[in-house]
Amino acid sequence: MIDDIAEKIHAEARITMEDARRLMAHPNVTELGMLADTVRRRRWPEDVVTYNVGRNINYTNVCWVRCDFCAFYRPPGSAEGYVLPHEQIFRKIDELVAAGGQAPKSNEILMQGGLNPKLRIDYYEDLFSSIRERYPSVHQHCLSATEIIYVAHISRLSIPDCIRRLRDAGLDSIPGAGAEILSDEVRDIIGFRKDRVHEWLAVHRAAHELGMHTTATMMYGHVESVEQRLEHLRHIRDLQDDTGGMTAFIAWNFQPDDTDLAADNARWNGRKATGYDYLRTIAVSRLFLDNIPSFQASWVTQGPKIAQVGLKYGVNDFGSTMMEENVVSAAGTSHTDEMSPGAMLRLIRDAGYRPARRNTRYEMVN
Amino acid sequence: MKPKIPNQLDDIYRKVIAGERLSADEGLRLYDSPHLNAVGYMANIVRERHCGNVAWYVRNQHINYTNICNKLCRFCSFYVPPKDGRGYVLSPEDVQERVRQYLHIPITEIHMVAGINPKLPYSYYIDIVHAVKDVRPEVAVKAFTAIEWVQIARIAKKPLREVMVELKAAGVSSIPGGGAEVFSDRVQAEMFWTKADSDEWMRVARTAHEVGLPTNATMLYGHIENPDERVHHLVSLRELQDETGGFLAYIPLSFHPERTELEDLPAPTGEADLREIAVARLMLDNFPHIKSFWIMNTIEISQVALWYGADDIDGTIQEYEITRRTYEETRQVLTRSQLVERIVEAGREPAERDNLYNRVRTEREIPEDEEPVAVPGEMPVLS
Repeated sequence: MIDDIAEKIHAEARITMEDARRLMAHPNVTELGMLADTVRRRRWPEDVVTYNVGRNINYTNVCWVRCDFCAFYRPPGSAEGYVLPHEQIFRKIDELVAAGGQAPKSNEILMQGGLNPKLRIDYYEDLFSSIRERYPSVHQHCLSATEIIYVAHISRLSIPDCIRRLRDAGLDSIPGAGAEILSDEVRDIIGFRKDRVHEWLAVHRAAHELGMHTTATMMYGHVESVEQRLEHLRHIRDLQDDTGGMTAFIAWNFQPDDTDLAADNARWNGRKATGYDYLRTIAVSRLFLDNIPSFQASWVTQGPKIAQVGLKYGVNDFGSTMMEENVVSAAGTSHTDEMSPGAMLRLIRDAGYRPARRNTRYEMVN
Repeated sequence: MKPKIPNQLDDIYRKVIAGERLSADEGLRLYDSPHLNAVGYMANIVRERHCGNVAWYVRNQHINYTNICNKLCRFCSFYVPPKDGRGYVLSPEDVQERVRQYLHIPITEIHMVAGINPKLPYSYYIDIVHAVKDVRPEVAVKAFTAIEWVQIARIAKKPLREVMVELKAAGVSSIPGGGAEVFSDRVQAEMFWTKADSDEWMRVARTAHEVGLPTNATMLYGHIENPDERVHHLVSLRELQDETGGFLAYIPLSFHPERTELEDLPAPTGEADLREIAVARLMLDNFPHIKSFWIMNTIEISQVALWYGADDIDGTIQEYEITRRTYEETRQVLTRSQLVERIVEAGREPAERDNLYNRVRTEREIPEDEEPVAVPGEMPVLS
C-alpha cells in the first residue's frame, strides 16, 4: 500500500503532503517505524541516543492570553500569580549546576513563563545577563516566540531588535514552544488571543537570521484535523528549507485536565490522543521533516514506555532531564517522578542504544 | 509490501513467510535483535494468519475472592500472609453481591482467581462458582490458576481430575493462565520456592485439557529471568499444545515491582513489553491467540501491540486487586466503547468474544451491517 513511498524514502527523495497523508492513514505502525528509523540512521548512524542535562524554570505563571488548552497560567491580578525572584532562579540553577558540572554551556535552562504585562525587555536583559555572568556552564534556551512577540510589543521594539537585545544580554537559543498547531483556524479555536501562524514563523526566521538556533514543536490531539497537522509540518519544513536554523522537533499531545478546552464539549471530543497516535505522528514527522536533524522524545507526556518505543520511530534524543515540570503537570500529566537521570539512561540502554550527553547545540559533553 | 528486513533476520523472515516452525535458537535471536519493528512486523504476519484483522475484547469482571496466601512469592504485591489483619475472604454472598453490581452490563466472562488460603474448604470453591451462576446463569466462569487447582485437590483429598470434573459441573468452563511465572528451577528457587514448579503447572494444564477445560498460559517476565529461560518457557508451552491443543491464549505478564519485595527492580520497558508479545506470537505458532493484558502492559502499549502479534486486549475488568497503584485503589476499568475506540483507531476490526473466543453479538450497540466480518481463531479440539 505504501511501497511507492517506501521506495522514495529509500532513494532519499522528499515525500509530499499526499504521501504524508497516506502514511498517517497506514495502520501498520511497525512499517512506519522501520521507515522512520531508516531516515534517523541516515542522520545519526550510530547506536547512540543523546540527552541533555537541563532544568525547566517557569519564571512567571502570570499570563493574560488565557489559552483554553493551558492549566498553568493565572491571569494578571490573580492571587496565585507569581514572578520568581532572581535569588530563587539562581538557587534552581545552583542545583542544576551541582548535577551537571562546570563544562561551558553544558547545562540547559529552559526558562519559559507567561505573557506578564509587568515584565518588559529590561527585566529579561537583567535576568539573562546576570545568569550569564554567574553561570558560564549554563546555556540559556528561553522564551517561546509568543513571549518574545509580547516583550517586543510592550517594550516598543521590532522583533529583530528585541531578539538582538535578548541575545546580547545572554539568550543562547529559543525553544519551539507556542507553536501548538500552526493553523490560524485551529488557533482561533484554542487560543484566539495568541500569535498568528505568520508571527510565530517570523520570530523563528528573525532568530535564524541573527544566527541563533531554535527548535520546533507540535502540540496535537485537541481540535485539529490530520490535514492541519500536516499543514503544521509543511510550515516548519518550508521555513527550515529557507534558514536551516532549527535543531530539533518535539511533538506531544494536548494534556486536557483542568483546561477550559477540555471542559467544553462543543470543541473537545474528550479523547486524549493515544500512544499509538504519538508513534505514528512522530514517525510521519520524521519522514516529512527531512531537513530537521534531531527528534526529541516527550517522556513527560508519553511516559517511559511509549517514549522509549519512540526511539524506534525516528526519535534520536531523549530530551532534557528537566528536574521539574510545571506546565503540562498542571494539566494532569507528570511522569517526572518516574524519570530520574538513571531511569532515562536505563531506558536508552534497554532499547539497544548507548546514552550520550549533549549540550543544546548537540555537541557531546565529555 | 516488502519492507527492508535487516539481513541478520532474513533467514527467520523466510521461515515465517513459509509458515515454518522457529527453533529455540531462533527465539533467542529474536530476543537479541535490536530491530524491534522488524520482529513486530514478522509477528504480525503470523497474527494475521491466525486472526486476520480482528482484534478481540471481552466484557468481563474480575473477582479476587481472597488475598490470603501462604506462598509468599517475592514478586507479588497482592497477598497478605494468613493471620494478617488486612486479609479478606469474600463469602459466597459477597461474590453474589459483586456479580450483582454489574448486572446492567452484558458481561460474558467472570475471571475468578486469588491466593492460596489454607482455611478454605473444598465446598467453598464449589459454593463461589455456584454463587456466580445463581446470579448470572449465562455468564462463563473462568476460574482458578494452576496453583489454586493444586490446593483445591489437596483440601478435597481427591485426585485433580476429579475436582476438575466436579467444578466443571458446578460451572467452571475455562481456566486462566496465571501462576506459570517462568519455567525455570533457578527462577523458582529465587522467587516462588513454595509454589508449584513447571512440571506441576504443566500437569494441571494437561489434566484440564483432558477433561475438556480449555486453559490460557502466561509468563511473568521482567524480573530476574533471562532470555534462555524465556525461550525454554515458550518451547515447553508449544510442546504441550502440540499434544493437547487445549490452550486458547498466551498472555505475557509484565512484572510490576511496586510494593513487592523486589520493588528496587526497574519495571519492564515498553520495548520489552512489545518484544515479549512479538516473540511469543512467532514462537507459539500453535496458539490461536496472543493477548496483551492492558492492566499489566498499560492500554497505550496494548493498543500498539495489536501490530506486534497481539489479537486480544482483554476487557472491561471492573475491579482488579492484584496489581494497582495504591493499596486502596481497586477500581480499574475501561468501558466497551473505550476498548472499541482503541481497536478502531489502530485500524483493526473489533470483535467481542466470550471466554472461549466465540463471537458475542452486540446488536444493541453495533448495527448488524457494521458488524466486522472475520474468522475467529480456530477452536482447540478437546479430548
